[in-house]
Amino acid sequence: MRKRLGSLASGLASIALTLLGLAIVTFLIGRVMPIDPVLAAVGDNAPQAVIERTRAEMGLDRPIAVQFLTYLWQLAHGDLGRSILTKNAVTSDIARYFPATLELATAAVLVAAVVGVPLGVWAAVRQGTVIDQTIRVVCLAGHSTPVFVLALGSLLIFYAILGIAPGPGRQDIVFQDMVPHVTGLLTVDALIAGDYDALRDALAHMVQPVLILAYFSMAYITRMTRAFMLDALNGEYVVTARAKGLSGTAVVWRHAFPNVGVRLVTVLALTYAGLLEGAVVTETVFAWPGLGQYLTVSLMNADMNPVVGATLLVGLVYVGLNLLADLLYRQLDPRVR
Amino acid sequence: MSVAFTRDWLLAETPASRAQAAWGRRYRAWLGLRANPLAMIGLAVVVAFVLLALAASLLATHDPGAQDLANRLARPSAAHWLGTDELGRDIYSRILHGGRVTLGMVIAVVVLVAPLGLAVGCVAGYFGGLVDRVLMRVTDVFLAFPRLILALAFVAALKPGVESAILAIALTAWPPYARLARAETMTVRNSDFIAACRLTGAAPARIVLRHVAPLCVPSLVVRITLDMSSIIITAASLGFLGMGAQPPSPEWGAMIATAKRFIFEQWWVPTGPGIAIMLASLAFNFLGDGLRDVLDPKQR
Repeated sequence: MRKRLGSLASGLASIALTLLGLAIVTFLIGRVMPIDPVLAAVGDNAPQAVIERTRAEMGLDRPIAVQFLTYLWQLAHGDLGRSILTKNAVTSDIARYFPATLELATAAVLVAAVVGVPLGVWAAVRQGTVIDQTIRVVCLAGHSTPVFVLALGSLLIFYAILGIAPGPGRQDIVFQDMVPHVTGLLTVDALIAGDYDALRDALAHMVQPVLILAYFSMAYITRMTRAFMLDALNGEYVVTARAKGLSGTAVVWRHAFPNVGVRLVTVLALTYAGLLEGAVVTETVFAWPGLGQYLTVSLMNADMNPVVGATLLVGLVYVGLNLLADLLYRQLDPRVR
Repeated sequence: MSVAFTRDWLLAETPASRAQAAWGRRYRAWLGLRANPLAMIGLAVVVAFVLLALAASLLATHDPGAQDLANRLARPSAAHWLGTDELGRDIYSRILHGGRVTLGMVIAVVVLVAPLGLAVGCVAGYFGGLVDRVLMRVTDVFLAFPRLILALAFVAALKPGVESAILAIALTAWPPYARLARAETMTVRNSDFIAACRLTGAAPARIVLRHVAPLCVPSLVVRITLDMSSIIITAASLGFLGMGAQPPSPEWGAMIATAKRFIFEQWWVPTGPGIAIMLASLAFNFLGDGLRDVLDPKQR
């Protein structure tokens, strides 16, 4: 028990240090811009006195350490500053844009897991055969193609030429603001409102971006599943199960797979976090009003508060998911307790 | 010393010299790689990619910057093999020259990142203790961001352009190498031959440089090869988002970014660079996958 408390304490300490590191990196990103934020605010031709006064108002005349502590203080109070572009507080902007990204990434990780894990198991069972090689090539191809190329190609073929997929965006103009805002996840909101037409529309708009993101992240899931399964299939308990005369399916799914499932939790958590990155590019192609879109639009306009805020949020989610994976792993696998 | 690179000399069970042993090991790795068709395809495409990039100005049919406004967005033809873009520039020639930009970025990132990651990892792993903890904490912070997002933020803070993109990708690319080198170092740190080195009075710097670091190189090479595709994709994504190479430059991602406006009417404009990115990164993935099987059998 004491040992567990000790490891918990050191774990918390390392998270605290990582968070501090996140704060330092984002602080530096916000400060090293080539444009002087004061001049950006008042203009190049402002008199010296105005520049000085604005600099003092923005707190930029104080020592860098004081500025950093102020930044930490604001972070601790959930204050990420204001966006120059939208004139809103960055936190409220993020609250509005993040659900769209969350919806996209969650659906994508589900699809990737449902397709990728069985593929990985299949590849491991048929190691070295044509099936194994084919799965490897298909997955590597998905991982080697930038999502924006896939996204543009998909829009060209399924939207422009075949006309069977909806165009960019998250919903048709007809359904804009028709469903009451509850969670920000359009599918869930439509379900709550019982508006099945809106639900169908939201799902139809999700198909392309979700499949593309899922294909991109499937490679990692499949590769890890295959490696873990090969490991498990060489275990003595699998040999025993085979010797007992169990069928191949039972050996693979009842004996080998449960041991792999636990290790896959970590892989899925990492994939989920990685999807946030793919989402940035996908969103710009599909005009998806999510965090990635917000981040890139702010980047184009050198609007640094939203950039820092969005980067910080993604970093936090990343650290949080890693931590969650670690905890789940410990909880689910008695061997590492 | 005269050396005959015959098959028997290379595959000798009892090498007579260090050189023979080293070449024998390389030859066996090559034989293993040659048996893997995917890896050979990857290698061929990578070699072709490098050669095409180097010989771009010889092979290009047009000046990649020459505009011909009378002949904008032309379909592929005998004069313009892959058509022309929105300023009448020849797409085929631009893709060739874009290969130079991409190759240059990839090489610059690797040259910056590999020694840094190796140094940090070996030092942390060999010395352990406080040094290890501090270095690994820094590594973790950089690992706590998805690569593209951190790179985007860095580029925005610096100034969009090729140099910033290289720097930003490098800043986000070194931590996995450091992790890997550290893990490798920890496995050899307490082995007998390192203890023997220490007993003969070798300085820590010498042990790390001459005895520990070389052992980390094979797994690092595998990792770098696999990472090349990720670097290519990140560079192209930065270009696509307008944060990497800037428009007159024929960088593939930037070419697609400008071409996406007329993708529905003139689909051939973005298709060429898209296929180029895909081929280049797929080739590195195939090659890296094969190299991993040969150089790092325990990770298979």
